[in-house]
Amino acid sequence: MDVILLQILNGLDKGSAYALIAMGLTLIFGTLGVVNFAHGALFMIGAFCAVTLNRIFNISFTTIDETRTDFLGNPMEVHTTYLETWLGPDLGGAIIDWSVPLSILFAIPIMVAIGVVMERGLIRHFYNRPHADQILVTFGLAIVLQEIVKHYYGANPIPTPAPDAFRSAIDFGALIGLEPNAVIYPYWRLIYFCFAAVVIAALFAFLRFTTFGMVVRAGMADRETVGLLGINIDKRFTIMFGIAAAVAGLAGVMYAPINSPNYHMGMDFLVLSFVVVVVGGMGSLTGAVAAGFLLGVLESFASMNAVKDILPGIDQIIIYLVAIVILLTRPRGLLGRKGVMEE
Amino acid sequence: MSSSKFTRRSVLKTSAAAGAGLAMPSFFTSMARAYTNEPTGSTVTLGFNVPQTGPYADEGADELRAYELAVKHLNGEGDGGMLNTFSSDALQGNGILGKRVEYVTGDTQTRSDAARSSARGMIERDGAVMITGGSSSGVAIAVQGLCQDAGVIFMAGLTHSNDTTGKDKRANGFRHFFNAYMSGAALAPVLGNAYGNDRRAYHLTADYTWGWTQEESIVAATEALGWETVETVRTPLDATDFSSYIAPVLNSGADVLVLNHYGGNMVNSLTNAVEFGLRERMANGKQFEIVVPLYSRLMAQGAGEAVKGIFGSTNWHWSLQDEGSQAFVRSFGNEYGTPPSQAAHTCYVQTLLYADACQRAGTFNPCGVAEALEGFEFDGLGNGPTLYRAEDHQCFKDVLVVRGKENPESEFDLLEVVEQTPVDQVMYAPDHPMFAGGDLGECNPGD
Amino acid sequence: MLGLNRRDTWFLLIVVALTLLTPFLLQPFAEDSALAQFNAGYPDLMQRIAIYGIFAMGFNILFGLTGYLSFGHAAFLGVGSYSAVWMFKLLSMNVLPALILAVAIAGLMALLIGVISLRRSGIYFAILTLAFAQMAYNLAYSVLTPLTNGETGLQITLSDPRILDAAATDSLPVPSLFGLEMNDAAQVEVLGRVFTFSVGYYFCAVIAILAFYVSMRIFRSPFGLMLRAVKTNQTRMSYTGLNARPYTLAAFVISGMYAGLAGGLLAAMDPLAGPERMQWTASGEVVLMTILGGAGTLLGPVLGAGVIKYFENIFSKINENVLHEWFGALPGWLETPIVGLIDPFVGEGWHLTLGALFMLVMIFLPGGLMEGGRRIAAAWRRRRARRQDGGSGSTAPAE
Repeated sequence: MDVILLQILNGLDKGSAYALIAMGLTLIFGTLGVVNFAHGALFMIGAFCAVTLNRIFNISFTTIDETRTDFLGNPMEVHTTYLETWLGPDLGGAIIDWSVPLSILFAIPIMVAIGVVMERGLIRHFYNRPHADQILVTFGLAIVLQEIVKHYYGANPIPTPAPDAFRSAIDFGALIGLEPNAVIYPYWRLIYFCFAAVVIAALFAFLRFTTFGMVVRAGMADRETVGLLGINIDKRFTIMFGIAAAVAGLAGVMYAPINSPNYHMGMDFLVLSFVVVVVGGMGSLTGAVAAGFLLGVLESFASMNAVKDILPGIDQIIIYLVAIVILLTRPRGLLGRKGVMEE
Repeated sequence: MSSSKFTRRSVLKTSAAAGAGLAMPSFFTSMARAYTNEPTGSTVTLGFNVPQTGPYADEGADELRAYELAVKHLNGEGDGGMLNTFSSDALQGNGILGKRVEYVTGDTQTRSDAARSSARGMIERDGAVMITGGSSSGVAIAVQGLCQDAGVIFMAGLTHSNDTTGKDKRANGFRHFFNAYMSGAALAPVLGNAYGNDRRAYHLTADYTWGWTQEESIVAATEALGWETVETVRTPLDATDFSSYIAPVLNSGADVLVLNHYGGNMVNSLTNAVEFGLRERMANGKQFEIVVPLYSRLMAQGAGEAVKGIFGSTNWHWSLQDEGSQAFVRSFGNEYGTPPSQAAHTCYVQTLLYADACQRAGTFNPCGVAEALEGFEFDGLGNGPTLYRAEDHQCFKDVLVVRGKENPESEFDLLEVVEQTPVDQVMYAPDHPMFAGGDLGECNPGD
Repeated sequence: MLGLNRRDTWFLLIVVALTLLTPFLLQPFAEDSALAQFNAGYPDLMQRIAIYGIFAMGFNILFGLTGYLSFGHAAFLGVGSYSAVWMFKLLSMNVLPALILAVAIAGLMALLIGVISLRRSGIYFAILTLAFAQMAYNLAYSVLTPLTNGETGLQITLSDPRILDAAATDSLPVPSLFGLEMNDAAQVEVLGRVFTFSVGYYFCAVIAILAFYVSMRIFRSPFGLMLRAVKTNQTRMSYTGLNARPYTLAAFVISGMYAGLAGGLLAAMDPLAGPERMQWTASGEVVLMTILGGAGTLLGPVLGAGVIKYFENIFSKINENVLHEWFGALPGWLETPIVGLIDPFVGEGWHLTLGALFMLVMIFLPGGLMEGGRRIAAAWRRRRARRQDGGSGSTAPAE
């Protein structure tokens, strides 16, 4: 029971990341009809927003400490951050400590801007081109973005810790009335799940309850008619692209403390998020979210020893196996619409 | 022609005679060679095959820096580095056998296929007479096999699997780096002292050959100590989030978690394990502990705070105080501004050892070089007295047991050496079961 | 000739000539010149270009004609390699049985995966094929290690049975075609250029030419026309009473067999089969090759394969040292910035150049590199036409 609860938590957590990335992808599919292979790179850039803000906070001046020596035997250079000098070690230290949550504010404008520039500068010219062309150009873009990040940050993972207060684990079992010490779960992962839930809810609310969202949904259903009604759908789609980029970026920012960001983390998620989108059904936001959580939970269950003992290696293939089964039993994924990306 | 292979050499041999009388355009002018890529001019070309793209690119970059430094020192430039402390004084600082050392580089992409292609390119196009580098065992074994077939020497870079000098050993391949068996043998006594002989271990193992050999080695070494192995769990190679493997550990009855992971896997699994609060828990009335048998400082940087207090082993560390290590760190630090990694160290040493063997053998012929390396005993290259064993082409030397430092003084100061396990403790017979099944075969000089 | 019309015969002859002259064409620079770094006429790379050319040609039969985008084609390449190496281990070092088994097993696997995956179309089909390939890759890396030798890759050893061959000597045998060993090569030096003629390359080249011929026949056949109909409008096709499935399945199996052939050839040139050959990145690579060259054109995919393999092998070898050699003659204040400017794009930055190339080609040459060729040809024709116009018109002959 405890084990199952733990794996459900793990699954929801993995699912949050899948769902956030897949939602952005499916929005872009649905609104613009573009296969965006650079979406994983947006997730990666999000994580590097957190790294960058952390670095900015840690900009420091150097003093020489004659009493100590560095590895070459020269006097040691001691770095003190400006923040701590200006604001005092308490406040300055606290700001540095909270750099990841603060990165959310930093990342939103940056990601929206990147998304809009990408759409206006590149993707727009590919609306009416075959999907193959879209794949090649966005894949090329993903490589370029990734290599630029590698050039400045290196290939090694960069530790980006969560605030000190959230670095440990809590006794989640005791919290919900189980026996103590049975279900222990890291704070930050619980926060990640809640954060994802809020972002998903906000996006749904935005699309459902605002005029803007209504027009976009109408555009997703029938672009031409909306255009004929005299609505400038293109401009709205550009903004949607920015929002999709921001969602992927936020997923990345919050993911940074879970796994140290590296330049190719986007590629690791790219294939999985495509599987999630397709399993959920093309053009369905609800489907993407549902499939994200479903695959996350199943992946977690497959990695349990009891399961692996019966089916060795099942954790390596579970996602793909489930994808095949779902696509064969439900032709358009869980909640896909007819006619989207079927040619 | 019928019996001889239709090769570059044989054709050139036959054509040299035919072309001798002709003062026509210079057809067939190269001369016959006694072995693959025999250097005939005033230079000799070495091939440095390191990961330049993919997750190990930084480690590859550090290896490349070490190679470039070694070439400088061999050619008599720079401060000479470990050439000054090396026990053999055959090398004069005028290249190898009087030929200036040049090099070509390639990208292994940490994929056997790409690594072999890149190595073949260096041999076929650039005339490399030795290939070296790499940062994973799969690549090392694949390239070692290729070099055996092509008739050039392979000086392995970072490869830790028992198989490299065990079941997949080759006559043309040599490894300076230590292996999983040695990690286990060195680590176990230290773990016994620190954590007691009554422990229950849970292993998470990367699901491929290197992971398995390390798991086997550590399990054997710790069980000999009296530890019990609760469970060994294989994790997928491309896993990035290990939460679902780590969550069940605490309630499994184990009180030690052993992470048989390297590189990105290691960074993530260790970060996840610490995040789950394992090290703050008590199990079986003891403090819960984590062990990472193979450490890399470069990768430890990626795990940040998580490495503090965690035991592991490493081939070499820049904080060593012997003369050779100091000379190398100084030389490398002045050139590049950072201390060298263990990957850089082993690559630098391998280049020097190869050059020295050529010099002593008086030839670049792989068979002569191999003979000079086999059974070679040396000192002054940072690991104390070392033996290149003839039976399996593995170096035997002291092994470092390290621990993540609690109060690092700089970004490089992450590990502290807790013990230098003497070579006798990590020695094993060439036919040890973990290494059995292989055959060096005959050295191959090509054609 | 050979069932081709005049134009296609010429086309085929040009391809044959280009293929056979590759050792010259890829080796344009003298050995000791600074540009020798760009020479690519060595056996390994030439073989790879031919082999990946075959792979891309096969992929193009499926994708270029029917529009079905398979994202798991590398699985067939990998299975072909494994089958070939197993044949080397068990039966004989002769490449023919190895290639036959590679093609057969890959074809069988394609049939199996095709029957299931072709029940869906569009992106759903792509994901199904991707899922099968990723499962094959993950299992080959771990659970199937007894069959695949996992991470290290399947290699031949001295102790293999090889029942048809004479007992092995003390060195590993080499794949051969009735005694003609694949790694044999002859080198000829002309005017400072060293040309390498390798048995392995010419073996690959002959097979590549045959593969090209077959693909040409398929493109021009009624079957090919039917496949194009699938791409243009499957619904209309089914209204006319035709069932598209058998045609697409045939195309899928044929392209799977091409991939198996390529995989077998890879193993024949270098007897090792590793699981990375089946990873999604490898499947992606052949998609990129085909689109980069020009999907649906006969020669485009081969061209794409050549360009990508060239970048992978040549650009990754240009290190800072080489750059300094090139620009060493310049004054220091000029050399440093130039080297600094180029350095991120070569050596470890070869991915960046490739990524940028993908973008540039797609932005400026929709339809891939072949589109570029077509435009140049068109421009040239226009110019010639204009010159002829001009010649007969305004300017009078001078003599």
